[in-house]
Amino acid sequence: MIQFSNYDIISNLLFATQWTILLSLAAFVGGTSVALALTAARLTRNSLVQKCVHLYVELFQGTPLLMQMFLCFFGLSMLGYEISAWSAAILSLTLFTSAFLVEIWRGCIDTLPKGQWEASRCLGLSFLQTLRFIILPQAIRVALAPTVGFSVQVVKGTALASIIGFVELTKVGTMLNNATFEPFKVFALVALIYFALCYPLSLYSKHLEKKFHVSR
Amino acid sequence: MSLVNLHQVHKYYGDNHVLKGIDLDIQAGEVVSIIGKSGSGKSTLLRCINGLEEYQQGGITLDGKEVTTEDIQVRCLALSVGMIFQNFNLFPHMTVGENIMLAPTIVLKKSKAEAAAVAKAMLEKVGLAEKFDSYPEKLSGGQQQRVAIARALAMSPKVLLCDEITSALDPELVGEVLKVLEQLAQEGMTLILVTHEMNFARDVGNRVVFMHQGKVWEEGDSKQLLSSPQTDELKQFIGAVL
Ligand SMILES: Nc1ncnc2c1ncn2[C@@H]1O[C@H](COP(=O)(O)OP(=O)(O)OP(=O)(O)O)[C@@H](O)[C@H]1O
Ligand SMILES: [Mg+2]
Repeated sequence: MIQFSNYDIISNLLFATQWTILLSLAAFVGGTSVALALTAARLTRNSLVQKCVHLYVELFQGTPLLMQMFLCFFGLSMLGYEISAWSAAILSLTLFTSAFLVEIWRGCIDTLPKGQWEASRCLGLSFLQTLRFIILPQAIRVALAPTVGFSVQVVKGTALASIIGFVELTKVGTMLNNATFEPFKVFALVALIYFALCYPLSLYSKHLEKKFHVSR
Repeated sequence: MSLVNLHQVHKYYGDNHVLKGIDLDIQAGEVVSIIGKSGSGKSTLLRCINGLEEYQQGGITLDGKEVTTEDIQVRCLALSVGMIFQNFNLFPHMTVGENIMLAPTIVLKKSKAEAAAVAKAMLEKVGLAEKFDSYPEKLSGGQQQRVAIARALAMSPKVLLCDEITSALDPELVGEVLKVLEQLAQEGMTLILVTHEMNFARDVGNRVVFMHQGKVWEEGDSKQLLSSPQTDELKQFIGAVL
């Protein structure tokens, strides 16, 4: 049996953390892009489009992320699409993230007074001009704090990718535990690293919230 | 030809029959005050005139052209109708200058320099030339409302619709806004205003329209109507507000 020093454990975990960060970033960027498109779609007053977005949100918010990952990974390969654990993880995390962000952003857009839309309309601005010059600049300021706050959920969500075999922080933690039989030490370190990733994000989110409230 | 014409306009919110056959004819340069109890349909009437609300029967024409809520129509309408709201509705993320310049640049396609010149002139007119670079939140309510007026004026509208534009203001700030309106009236601007300021309606307005239960209950020359109302409802209303 190979001996693992504390140094080995920590360096292996830190190396794996890179993949957790990368997966989080990919999921966040993917989720943000999809959510942007869906938000724009939802704002058009086409009721069929709105229903589809609503269904999408309900579907991905109403089922466990793990099931979504299983479906992406095992389901797609059964249908004949070979998909790597990495791609399946990114795909499912993107869907999951976007479903929540669409909902968060809708709330932010709805908090803007109806008068902003009306004043724009009375000045002759088109729908897209109103969105671009009036609604989005204000909504983004409101949305920043909850969006950054939600990124914490994305980081924690990446841990599930270990179950479909993607080697990231949690997976390496499990592997080290199997080799060392020191679950408390290993998983405490894993938890600590997650905390170190998430805590700055939630601090930043709180900071943004305060900043926004002061400037309002 | 009249500037604004309403012919037998009916408006429903679901089952709620809010406007019950409104006839109104307004000439260019007139200052028309719309008065009446809460819920009598004053705001709805104004919002139908500029296409913010749709109506179900009758017709509205502006400068001879029919008013509908079709997006493109409303945008053309915006070129001839300005609207001022009770709660200003300035864009809080833009400076006063940017608020006023936005529509002239992106709707009328004026150059930045041109739009800035117009914005400065309009601010001058409402007595706020020095506030060009301020943000709305730094201004008093009365100043914000005057900026909103300048913003509407920058589109050179033919008629200005005002919905209780002094109602959200502290009493001591009402005067400065009314003064701007009075000056506009003297310059020949057509004004249609929903107001509770009876003195203003009498002294500056040409005509008063009294709305009651979704109808034009009584209308006429402002001084005459307010000093000798014909219907009991108007008598009661005047008694209640004075
Ligand atoms: N968006 C809406 N949806 C449903 N009903 C509405 C809406 N807006 C107004 N109403 C109804 O239409 C009627 C007339 O409202 P309106 O706002 O025109 O009255 P108003 O004379 O302006 O009153 P106030 O003096 O309180 O402003 C009221 O019964 C009101 O409840
Ligand atoms: Mg009203």
